[in-house]
Amino acid sequence: MAKTWHEWEKPLLDLEEGIQKLRDLVPKAPPDKAAQLEKQIEEFEKKRDTFLRVKYGRLGPWERTLVARADNRPYTLDYVRAIVTDWVELHGDRRYGDDKAMIAGLGKIDGISCVIVGQQKGRDLKQRQFRNFGMAKPEGYRKAIRMFEMADRFGLPVISFIDTPAADPGVDSESRGISEAIAAGMSSLFGVGVPTIAVIIGEGGSGGAIGIGACNRVLMLENSIYSVIPPEGCAAILWREPTAGDKAASALKLTAQHALDLGLIDEIIPESFGGAHRNPAETAKNVEEAVVRHLRELMVYDRDTLRTDRYAKFRAMGVFTADEAFTL
Amino acid sequence: MQVKSDAFLRCSKCRKVLFSKEFERNLRVCGSCGHHHRISADERIRITFDEGTFQELDRGLRSCDPLEFPDYREKLEKGAKATGRHDSVIRGTAMIEGRPVSAAVADFAFMGGSMGSVAGEKIARTIELAIERRIPAVIFTATGGARMQEGLLSLMQMAKTAAACRKASDEGVPFVCVFTDPTMAGVLASYASLADVILAEPGALVGFAGARVSAQAGVGRVPDNFQTSEYNFEHGMIDAVVQRKDLRSTLARVVDHLSANL
Ligand SMILES: [Zn+2]
Repeated sequence: MAKTWHEWEKPLLDLEEGIQKLRDLVPKAPPDKAAQLEKQIEEFEKKRDTFLRVKYGRLGPWERTLVARADNRPYTLDYVRAIVTDWVELHGDRRYGDDKAMIAGLGKIDGISCVIVGQQKGRDLKQRQFRNFGMAKPEGYRKAIRMFEMADRFGLPVISFIDTPAADPGVDSESRGISEAIAAGMSSLFGVGVPTIAVIIGEGGSGGAIGIGACNRVLMLENSIYSVIPPEGCAAILWREPTAGDKAASALKLTAQHALDLGLIDEIIPESFGGAHRNPAETAKNVEEAVVRHLRELMVYDRDTLRTDRYAKFRAMGVFTADEAFTL
Repeated sequence: MQVKSDAFLRCSKCRKVLFSKEFERNLRVCGSCGHHHRISADERIRITFDEGTFQELDRGLRSCDPLEFPDYREKLEKGAKATGRHDSVIRGTAMIEGRPVSAAVADFAFMGGSMGSVAGEKIARTIELAIERRIPAVIFTATGGARMQEGLLSLMQMAKTAAACRKASDEGVPFVCVFTDPTMAGVLASYASLADVILAEPGALVGFAGARVSAQAGVGRVPDNFQTSEYNFEHGMIDAVVQRKDLRSTLARVVDHLSANL
């Protein structure tokens, strides 16, 4: 099984490279040769589409993990650019600093002013470091909390884009109370009397995700993942081999379909053919459609109903049996 | 803790040989180095609450392996054998120096005290009962974090328990949490950190990222007392680090103050 996303997308890239090469030849070729080339291109394209359909139609949990992490997958700010108007980014937690791994701001979605927060990853090495690989520190969660409270004050819905491998696990984070910050993020979300929607667009990494994810509605992109622990971490603990990520991904049931089957999310948002990275605009449109639909559904409720709805939703999560006649 | 004979044992921290009877009398705190060794949930209940007042609730709740996770059923059985319970959290009602509380105590011996659906449900019920009866909730943590074997369901227990804490807070019902060794990850990052008052036993491991996770994430050198009760105290995350022998009386005083206007 492929260890990286690049590895298993390689046949696809080869096909696309071939198609491009043939296309470059067409204008210079004599007419009969050009027609032949066109035919070849068509065949290659058919092959590519079949590969996409077959491969992406039945991606396993590990492959989806790789797609969810792919470096050309759209990130939070890509969705903001695509579906948000009148965007004003806001910075800082008014306590310690501004966390570049957690973005926040005000903007309109379908004409409705919202508070928007989300983890942000970087695409090249420099950006990745700048964004701390999408791993927010306490100040990131406290910035988000500041936004939730502001949203509550002014009656603005909250849209939370989730895309993080985990909250930052370093010494900085521990010293400033990363655990408290995550817990407080959930507590804040349970307190607000406005509609809240979380969209998992890539990696929904454990505490780092739920810290901004305890919302009235939770939506997941088709190839995103949502997990209590990264598959590599799970493999390291269970089998002492971090390379067994594929085995762990299956065991953890971390795909959108599993989350929906367990009743832990509300909807799966379809991605463009062959993954969100193949057509970010189309995927963003799907995200916008789903968010707006849920937003309009939630906006009819009053503050108390939104709060009790959220409580009831998460309160009901859990699978167990009650063995009344206790014997061991 | 290494047993040398019935009469003696060796402290796993300082390697000194101790009299078993004295060690037990010291509530399993090493008389030589002061290390607080782990105690079972039953022992914790015995030394914390007024004699005979703990009434267990929900003893019958048990996990049904919703993900059919490899080896999970075996681990549940092993935990049950080790502790005589179906899961890692024991809950009920009790009195502490005459004051009623809704209580929960985690047992590290059951799958590392991890929180899956059952533990999350018991914690939520502990806090909801406190709200219903307007009595304080008192919870002792001892856990490696969320239970991997229930996947996303375990992660959702963080939200579920946090929701209950928020409700208690909104309703003016106090919640006191005592961190014992260890208090980590998904539990620390949910209900445990949302308590009104947080006490901790000396030397307990208290942190967000486990050692393996940190190593994978490339976390380098860490301070000497990193992820201990004392480290968290220094950084303002814990109200007080309390010796085991003083825990009952401190807890009783806190409960008494916070119950004053209930
Ligand atoms: Zn000792």
